[in-house]
Amino acid sequence: MSHAAAHADHHDHHHGPAKGIGRWLYTTNHKDIGTMYMVFALIMFFIGGAMAMVIRAELFQPGLQLVDPQFFNSMTTMHALVMIFGAVMPAFVGLANWMVPVMIGAPDMALPRLNNWSFWIMPFAFLLLLSTLFLPGGAPAGGWTMYAPLVLQTGEAFPFLILAVHMMGISSVLGAINIIATIFNMRAPGMTYMKLPLFVWTWIITAFLLITSIPVLAGAVTMLLTDKYFGTSFFNAAGGGDPVMFQHIFWFFGHPEVYIMILPAFGIVSAIIPTFARKPLFGYESMVYATASIAFLSFIVWAHHMFTVGMPLAGELFFMYTTVLIAVPTGVKVFNWVATMWRGSMTFETPMLFALGFVVLFTIGGFSGLMLGVTPVDFQYHDTYFVVAHFHYVLVTGAVFSIMAATYYWLPKWTGHMYDERLGKLHFWSSVITVNILFFPQHFLGLAGMPRRIPDYAVQFTDFNMISSIGGFAFGLSQLLFLAVVIKCARGGEKATDRVWEGAEGLEWTLPSPAPYHSFTTPPIVR
Amino acid sequence: MKSILHRLSLIVGFLPTAALADWQLNLTRGVTSISRNAYDLHMLVLWVCTIIGVVVFGVMFWSIFHHRKSRGAQAAHFHESTTVEVIWTLVPFLILVGLAVPATRALIHIEDASDADMSILITGYQWKWHYKYLEDDVEFFSKLDQDSNRARMLGSGQDPASVENYLLEVDNPVVIPVGKKVRFLTTANDVIHAWWVPALGFKRDAIPGFVNESWALVEEPGIYRGQCAELCGRDHGFMPIVVDARPPEAYAAWVAEFKAKRAAVAQKQDPKRAWAREELVAHGAEVYAARCSDCHAADGSAVNGSAPSLAGGEIVLGAVDDLIDLVMFGTGEMHAFGGQLSDIDIAAVITFARNSFGNNAGDDLQPIKVAEFR
Repeated sequence: MSHAAAHADHHDHHHGPAKGIGRWLYTTNHKDIGTMYMVFALIMFFIGGAMAMVIRAELFQPGLQLVDPQFFNSMTTMHALVMIFGAVMPAFVGLANWMVPVMIGAPDMALPRLNNWSFWIMPFAFLLLLSTLFLPGGAPAGGWTMYAPLVLQTGEAFPFLILAVHMMGISSVLGAINIIATIFNMRAPGMTYMKLPLFVWTWIITAFLLITSIPVLAGAVTMLLTDKYFGTSFFNAAGGGDPVMFQHIFWFFGHPEVYIMILPAFGIVSAIIPTFARKPLFGYESMVYATASIAFLSFIVWAHHMFTVGMPLAGELFFMYTTVLIAVPTGVKVFNWVATMWRGSMTFETPMLFALGFVVLFTIGGFSGLMLGVTPVDFQYHDTYFVVAHFHYVLVTGAVFSIMAATYYWLPKWTGHMYDERLGKLHFWSSVITVNILFFPQHFLGLAGMPRRIPDYAVQFTDFNMISSIGGFAFGLSQLLFLAVVIKCARGGEKATDRVWEGAEGLEWTLPSPAPYHSFTTPPIVR
Repeated sequence: MKSILHRLSLIVGFLPTAALADWQLNLTRGVTSISRNAYDLHMLVLWVCTIIGVVVFGVMFWSIFHHRKSRGAQAAHFHESTTVEVIWTLVPFLILVGLAVPATRALIHIEDASDADMSILITGYQWKWHYKYLEDDVEFFSKLDQDSNRARMLGSGQDPASVENYLLEVDNPVVIPVGKKVRFLTTANDVIHAWWVPALGFKRDAIPGFVNESWALVEEPGIYRGQCAELCGRDHGFMPIVVDARPPEAYAAWVAEFKAKRAAVAQKQDPKRAWAREELVAHGAEVYAARCSDCHAADGSAVNGSAPSLAGGEIVLGAVDDLIDLVMFGTGEMHAFGGQLSDIDIAAVITFARNSFGNNAGDDLQPIKVAEFR
């Protein structure tokens, strides 16, 4: 037995990272792949952000100053696709790749070669998608929701869009399969399900959501493809089809997708708050059950995205009740986080600041979500800037803030260096102030009657749009600080200890910093 | 530039602007029972959220302030309590039940379009609305008015603030009587649109192949403005809605006036007679300016991303039959105008195009020939 262990160590010694570009192309190492996912997500975050800057620049004042309305529509469409499928989802998958094996005491992901493939699909999917910007007729401009029949008017970009969505979907499903296989089969001895860190639990549930919902999206876009090129009429009323059916199918994917982008965030925040409160997470079991309840509910609320299509009263009532019900498990989570802080011994390093920003601002997004769930008023809110404000509160100050919190939290473990705390705090404060200048006035715009997805607006909406744009530019600039912190930390800095944070608990902190290329080749014993 | 600086200075100084509406913060109360229900529910949920927010964030910030290490706080070790978990599951649930009751009542009210006094069929087109009064035999198209349309062009150099009701004005408002229950039937001709006037309190999608039902009983005469609320392509932002609610007598007078005007026009325009080329070109120029210039340039030159050049080339100067077919039935890019324009309009605009923009076909197309294509 000791011989086998010695042999394993010896084996390791000769298998560090390969040299040059080959390391990244052929790697099956979960840490390398996790890093590539994170870097890819960061690049996409800036590309999608540049598109948002175009949108906010055009909306700075009424009248068309900079772009054609068609290009404006392309920007809103591409901004959403790039941010959702290119930035937020790959960032969470990257975090899962890096952290799930080391959190459960596994040497790597269960399916390493598949892991390589699921990453390398992504750059090609986005090469396809972004190349549409240079096609005659321009990039897709029918909205990221791709509603038929409008999306069928897309020109040469159409097949690129469909194929890109398929590729992103394949990548996500493969990644999800890998994560489930890893967690189910490779937990260290003694790591029972109810001992899993909450980040791992939220990822199990997220992975099941992905496997269930992404094929539905694949079906929907395939039907679009055959409607466009092969003479079918799934969504063409003149041919006996049903345009509303597309929306039902899309949102049956789309609502679970929303939680795919927020459940891992819950896991991250549930890791960070106990560390900096120096107190165990309050209500661990109820957190697991609340996550599972949210996931279950996510499959029976989809039509609240389409209350205005004209459903029967019974349908509208059903979807209103199930939708507002989500507030219960989500509330449980927020209460548990607050109870974790209660009578703790808190310090406020950058990860904690982002986690606290998450709790407050995500909750505000939750409140507006509750308001949107009340059908009779949704008839007023629907497709206005109120909705835009709502989903940016849950996606930017929710999902994106949690990803930044996670980056600051684990960056010392990844690089072996402490990041620049002063710059990190500056990044947090500039982000949290500007993001509210950016999105809070959009609530007022929506309530005052400004529809979303318009390149130009009536003059009474000018003032809040101007404030929002100024906030947008400042928020965009603030993210360059994030880039600076990450690059600086990767290059050097104060040596990080193994535990990094005084109150940190979990297997990842038992490894040296930076985590060795191969970790837990002999499984740790968890008691 | 001066107006930008002016506005910026207002923002920075937080001075009240001249028009108070610029700072509208809240939902409109509107002029129907539906819009008032929506407003009341909105305020109810907003207050519930605000109170919960104040309590939760209050506890959180109290904790952040007092339970910090720098103040010497020692961490406690408790980490579960079934009692509080049950409480903070049940209490929110009961609050939601309390919200669901008035919401259900309001929804039942909205969905009851029975016993309407009159019905208007609203059809969405890219990018205009068509209104058809089912009882009163009145129908017309309604699109962005010319002043806004000129000012909204990229690089028009015109200050939108100088246009009255910029982007919220149409050529033909939809006139309805106050105090009558009006049923709105919404559908669409091409892609999905949504008909929304905030003061009426609802939004309803206009979907090809479907007819949706909604209603409003407007209590006060006035002009109520709204916009298309479902992304419908390039000019989605430029298809406003204007509802002109008048007392029933004024409404009846408007219907009579509309019909008299229509009869006068019909008398002048006989599609069966032979039309002179000059006549067709003159009328065609009007049709082109009113209906084609959303996508096509005034001088017929190519518009990047929206329309090919009409000067020369196979499209305009090729076989006339193909051109009639294109105008009437459209293609993926070209909209179908067969249902929107009369035989005279189509004959005129084709004759105009073939004899303008430097084109010199020298022929004319008679309305009677267009009729064969119907």
